[in-house]
Amino acid sequence: MLRLPAFELAQPETIEAACALFAEHGERAMIVAGGTDLLPNLKHELYDIDVVIALAGIPALDDIEMQGHGLSIGAMTPLARVAASPDVRSHAPALAQAASLVAGPQHRTMGTLGGNVMLDTRCQWINQSHFWRQALGYCLKKDGSVCHVVEGGKKCVAAASNDSAPALMSLGAKLVFTTTDAERSLPIEDLWVSDGIYNKSSKPGEILTRIVVPLSDSRHRGAYGKLRDRGSIDFPLLGCAVRLDLDDEGIISDCDLVMVALQARPTRVKKIAESLNGVRIGTPEFEAAVEEVARRAHKQCKPLDNIPGDMDYRRRMIPVYVRRTLLAAAEGGGPVHHI
Amino acid sequence: MHVLTLRINGDCLKVAAPAHWTLLEVLRYELGLTGSKQGCDKGDCGACTVLVDGKPRLSCLVLGSLAEGYEITTIEGLMPAHLCAGGEGADPVQDAFDRCGALQCGFCQPGMMLSARALLNENPSPTRSEINQALSGNLCRCTGYTQILQAVESCVADAVGEDR
Ligand SMILES: Cc1cc2nc3c(=O)[nH]c(=O)nc-3n(C[C@H](O)[C@H](O)[C@H](O)COP(=O)(O)OP(=O)(O)OC[C@H]3O[C@@H](n4cnc5c(N)ncnc54)[C@H](O)[C@@H]3O)c2cc1C
Ligand code: SF4
Ligand code: FES
Ligand code: FES
Repeated sequence: MLRLPAFELAQPETIEAACALFAEHGERAMIVAGGTDLLPNLKHELYDIDVVIALAGIPALDDIEMQGHGLSIGAMTPLARVAASPDVRSHAPALAQAASLVAGPQHRTMGTLGGNVMLDTRCQWINQSHFWRQALGYCLKKDGSVCHVVEGGKKCVAAASNDSAPALMSLGAKLVFTTTDAERSLPIEDLWVSDGIYNKSSKPGEILTRIVVPLSDSRHRGAYGKLRDRGSIDFPLLGCAVRLDLDDEGIISDCDLVMVALQARPTRVKKIAESLNGVRIGTPEFEAAVEEVARRAHKQCKPLDNIPGDMDYRRRMIPVYVRRTLLAAAEGGGPVHHI
Repeated sequence: MHVLTLRINGDCLKVAAPAHWTLLEVLRYELGLTGSKQGCDKGDCGACTVLVDGKPRLSCLVLGSLAEGYEITTIEGLMPAHLCAGGEGADPVQDAFDRCGALQCGFCQPGMMLSARALLNENPSPTRSEINQALSGNLCRCTGYTQILQAVESCVADAVGEDR
C-alpha cells in the first residue's frame, strides 16, 4: 500500500483561477492533469508540496483544433485521443505513433499530452518508495548529495522518458504557457535543460495550455520507434523520432532525428542532414545514408545506468532502432516496436 | 475531510474522505467495496481498474474528489448491471472466465473482467490482437494469459451465436 501524503486539492473551473492559485502557492503547489505521473511520484514522496491544482474541471483544454498555422492540441487532451486523431495521424504521424505507445490503455485514457510533455525525469534509483530510497541513501534529485549513476557526479542525469518529447521536437512544436498576466509561446527545444532534477525551463506558476504543431504537407514523413521490455506499460528504454520532408521527386529536403531515454533532455542526433538531404528515398543511396545516420547516432548517443535495462544493450539497439525508424518513416509506416 | 458525491454502480453515494485519498482508497476503506484490488498502488498492474463512464481507469491514480460527476462501475456492479439490462445470472464475461478457468489466485480478475467488459461494449467482436491490446494494461502473474484470452474469445463466440 502506498499512501499519498496529505495535501489540499484545488479544483479551479477557469484557467485564470488555476493560474491565480499557482501564482499564490508557487513551489508549494503542483498541477495534476491525468495524475499518472504525479500520483506515483507523490506516493514515493518525491515532492514537498501542500497544494495540488487539478485542471480537469477547466473546459476547452482538451480539444484538437486545426488552425491556419498549425495543429493546436489542448494540454488536457488524453493521449488515446491524440493517437487516434485523423488530423494528428496525417500531419504529425510520429506524434500519433508515440502517443499510441505510451504505457498501457488505461494510462493513455487518463494521461494527457500536456502531462506527457511535463513528465518528470526518471531514474531507477529515484522512482522508488521513500523506504527504499532511505535504505539505499538519498541522491541529488531528492534529499541527498550523491548520484548513484555517476560516481562523484555533481549533476543529476535522470532520463527524460516522455515518448511525445522527441516526436514534438522533431516536428518543431511550440508550447503555450499561461500565467496570471501573460501567455508565452516557447519552441519545445527551449523547454529542456540538462538537469535531471528538473529538466525544464518553465517556472512554478506557468501552466502549459496548448501544444502547437506546425502543419506539414502531404510529402511529410514521420515515424516513432520505441524499445521497451514489455509491449505494454513500460517506459521507453529508448525512443526515436524521425522527420523526413520530401520534395515532389521524393528527394529529402529536410530531416530530423531526436532520441529520448538517454539523458536529462531529449537528444537531437547531429549532422544527419549531411547524410540524408538531397537523397531520394527508396534508392540504394538512401539505404547507405540510413546506415551512415545509424552509425552517427551510435557514436553520439551514450545511454547511462540511469534507467533500467543494461546500458550496453541499450547502446547496441540505438543503430537498430534508428535504421528501422528511418526506413519506416520513408515508407509512410511505423511505429517501430517489437510486438 | 471532503464530502464527495459519487455515482457508483448505479447508486448515488455521499462519502467523507480526505482530499488526498484515491478513488481506490475511498472504494475499499470508506465504502467497503473491496472487489477493486490494491496491487502495486502506483499504476503498474491494473488490479485496481474500474470503469469511469465506461472506460477502464486505474483507481489507484485517480483522486477520489476527481471522480465526482462520473458513472463508476466496479466489479461489484457488473452482475447487477447485467440483471438490470434484462440478463440472467452473472455477466457473460464473468461466466466465461469461470467456464474457461481463466484464473488462479484471482487477484487480477476484477480489473481484467472490467477491461474485457469495456472492450466488448465498444467492440462486440474483437480480434485476438484487439483483445491483447485492450487487456495489455492488466497484468496477471499466475495464468500465463492463455485462458483469459480464450475466455474473452468464448464470450465473443457466444454473443455472435446468439445473434444468429
Ligand atoms: C506504469 C506506467 C507506465 C508509464 N509508461 C510511460 C511510457 O511508456 N511513456 C511515457 O511517456 N510515459 C509513461 N508513463 C507516464 C505517464 O502515464 C504519461 O507520461 C502521461 O502522459 C502523463 O500525463 P498525465 O496527464 O497523467 O500527467 P500528470 O501525472 O498529471 O502530470 C505529470 C507532470 O506534469 C505536470 N503537469 C501536468 N500537466 C501540466 C500542465 N498543463 N502545465 C504544467 N505542468 C503540468 C505535473 O505537475 C506533473 O509534474 C507511465 C506511467 C506509469 C504509471
Ligand atoms: S541520476 Fe543520480 S541524482 Fe539523478 S535520480 Fe538518478 S541517482 Fe539520483
Ligand atoms: S493497484 Fe492500481 S495499477 Fe496496480
Ligand atoms: S490469477 Fe493470479 S494474478 Fe491473475
